[in-house]
Amino acid sequence: MKIIFKTALAAGLVAVSLLNSTIVLADQDKGLELAKLRKQADSGWQDSQASLTMELKNAAGDTSLRKLRIKSLEIDNDGDKGLTIFDTPRDVKGTAFLNHSHAVEPDDQWLYLPALKRVKRIASRNKSGPFMGSEFAYEDLSSFELEKYTFHFIEETMLDNQPVYLLEQVPVDRYSGYTKQRVWLAKTHYQPLKVEYYDRKNTLLKTLELQDYQQYLDKIWRANKLVMNNVQTQKATTLTTTELVFKTGLRGNDFNKASLKRAR
Amino acid sequence: MKHTALCSAAVLLAFSHWADAEPWQQSGEIQVQQRVFGHSVDRANDAPAHWQGSAMVEPHWHQVNDTSLTSIKLFARIDSHDKERTHWDIRELSYLTYWDDYEFKIGIDKVFWGVTESQHLVDVINQTDSVEGFDGEDKLGQPMAQFKAVKDIGTFDLWLLPYFRERTLPSSEGRLALPAPVLDAKYESSSEQRTLDFAMRYSHTIEDWDIGLSYFDGTNRDPYLLYSSESITPFYAQMWQLGADIQGVLGDWLIKFEAIHRDSLETHFAMTTGFEYTQVGIFDTVMDLGWIAEYSFDERDNAPNQNDLFVGWRIALNDMDGYEVLFGVNQDLDSHRAFSAKLEASGRLSDSWKWQLDAWAFASDQPSSPLYILKDEDFIEVSLTYYF
Repeated sequence: MKIIFKTALAAGLVAVSLLNSTIVLADQDKGLELAKLRKQADSGWQDSQASLTMELKNAAGDTSLRKLRIKSLEIDNDGDKGLTIFDTPRDVKGTAFLNHSHAVEPDDQWLYLPALKRVKRIASRNKSGPFMGSEFAYEDLSSFELEKYTFHFIEETMLDNQPVYLLEQVPVDRYSGYTKQRVWLAKTHYQPLKVEYYDRKNTLLKTLELQDYQQYLDKIWRANKLVMNNVQTQKATTLTTTELVFKTGLRGNDFNKASLKRAR
Repeated sequence: MKHTALCSAAVLLAFSHWADAEPWQQSGEIQVQQRVFGHSVDRANDAPAHWQGSAMVEPHWHQVNDTSLTSIKLFARIDSHDKERTHWDIRELSYLTYWDDYEFKIGIDKVFWGVTESQHLVDVINQTDSVEGFDGEDKLGQPMAQFKAVKDIGTFDLWLLPYFRERTLPSSEGRLALPAPVLDAKYESSSEQRTLDFAMRYSHTIEDWDIGLSYFDGTNRDPYLLYSSESITPFYAQMWQLGADIQGVLGDWLIKFEAIHRDSLETHFAMTTGFEYTQVGIFDTVMDLGWIAEYSFDERDNAPNQNDLFVGWRIALNDMDGYEVLFGVNQDLDSHRAFSAKLEASGRLSDSWKWQLDAWAFASDQPSSPLYILKDEDFIEVSLTYYF
C-alpha cells in the first residue's frame, strides 16, 4: 500500500513538473515570438540621425542638461552601429563615441577625445556602467537583439489604458548589470512602453517609461521621450529626441575610426 | 613659421569660399592657473620662490560641410614670471575634405599615435609644448599635408611635414627650468627648420585588436641637450624611426604595447607595455576604478624611462559633475630613490566652469638621472577654466 502510494505520489510529481515545464516552454515560445515581432516591427529603417537632450536630475532635484547627436546604421544579422557626438557640457564638446554593437559578443567601442586628438578603445564587457553620468547604462542604449535574452511571456494586461503584453527577459550575458527586465510591449506596435530593471540582487533598480511614440517611414514607431527613474537613488534621467530623420544615406564608412576623428 | 601659417590661411580661406557657406561655430576656453612650489630654489636667477601664476585663452572656430571640415584653434598663455611660458601658437588651421574611402587634409594640426598612458613613444608628428603642460601631453601645431585611405585591409596614412618646430623649454625666470641658460638651437640639417619631413602609418582593427605600424623620417623632435660650462644648447639631429603599437581587449583588460627603433645620433630601441583594467560599479556605487600598470624599457642608460614601472589608479565618480581622480607613480627600477608621482583631479562646477588640480612630486639622489634637476620642484597646480 505504502509502495503504491509512493509510486502514485512520484508519478503525480512527475506529471506536475512535466506540466510545469510545458507551461514554461509555452511561455518561452510566446515570449520569443513577441520579441521577434518587436524586432521585426523596428527593422528596415536603414539609418538615422537624431538630436537629443539629456536631463540629469539628482535626489535633491538639481538638474543638468546635455545635448548630443546620434547617427545610427542598421546592420542585418548583427547589432547596429552608432556614433554619438556630445555638444554640451562644453568641456566635453566634440567628444565622440563609436559603438559597433553585437548580438552575443561584447560591443566594440571607441571614444574620441578632441583635446588630445586621441581615439581610446573601451573594454566593453562591463557594460553596466553609466552613460555620461546618467541613469542609463551603456547596455540600456545598445541595440535590441534577440540573442541577448531569454524571454518569458507573463500575461496580457493593461498599462495606462493601453492593452499590452508583459514579458520578462533575462540577459544571457553574465556581465550584464541585471538579473532580469520586465517589459510592457504595446499590442498595437510591439514596442516597449515601460521597462523595469532588476539589479544583481534581483531587486528593482530602475524603471524606464517610453513616451510620445511617433510613427516614421509609415512603419517605424519610436518614443521621443525616455524617462529613466532610479528607484534606489531617486536620481532620474530624461532623454528627449528633438529631431529624428531616417534614410539619410549614411554608410559603413561613416562608422569607422577615421569618421570618429572627424565627427563634429 | 609665419610664412607657412600665412600660406595655410590663404589655402584655407580659398577652400572655405568654394564650399557652401555653412556658419562658423565658435567655442573655446579661458583659464587662470596657479602653481605652488614646495621648495624655494637658491639660484642666481629670477625664478619665483613658490608662486607662479598664468592665464590662458584658446578660441576655436570650425565650419562643417557635407564633405569637408575647416578648423582654426589659436592659443596664448601669459605667465607671471617665465617669458618662455608666455607664448602663443596656432594649434589648428586646417582644411579637411573626404570622399568615399579617402581623406585629404592640409594646414596646421595635431596627430596622435599610440595606446599607452605613461609615455607616448611612437607619437612623433607634433613637437611637445613642454612649457605648457608638464606631462608632455600638450603639443605645438604642425604644418602638414595628410592623405588617408580607409580600406578593408586597413587604414593607410601619409604625411608630408614642411617646417620643423623647436621644443618650448622653460627659462630660468620660471620654475621647472633646465639648470643653465638655454642658447639658440643647432641643427644637423643645413636646412635647419625648413625641412620636409615624411611619415606614414598603417593601422587596422582585427576583432579585439587594434594595431598600428608607423615610419617617420625627418628631424628628431627630441633635442639632444649639449651642456657647456654655463649654458645648454638644444641640438636637433635627423632621424628615422619605425614604430609599432598594439592594443587588445581581453574581457575587462586592455593590453597595451608600444615599441620604437630610432636611428638618430644614437641608434636605440625602446618599449612600453602594460595593461589597463577597469572595475565598474565598485563598492555598490556607480563609480569606476581603473588600474593601470606599464613597464618601460630604453636601451640608453640616461633615458628617462630606461627601466621604469608606472602604476596608476583612476577613479571616475560617474556623477553629474564628472569628478575624476588619477594617481600614478613612476618608479625607476634601477634606483629605488628615483621616482615621480602625480595626482590629477578634476570636476565640473557648472555647465561652463571646470576646476582641475594637478600635483607632482619628484625624488632622485643621482645627479646623472634625468629626474635629478626636478628633485626640488614638487608643485601643485590649480586651474579654473571657463568654456564658451
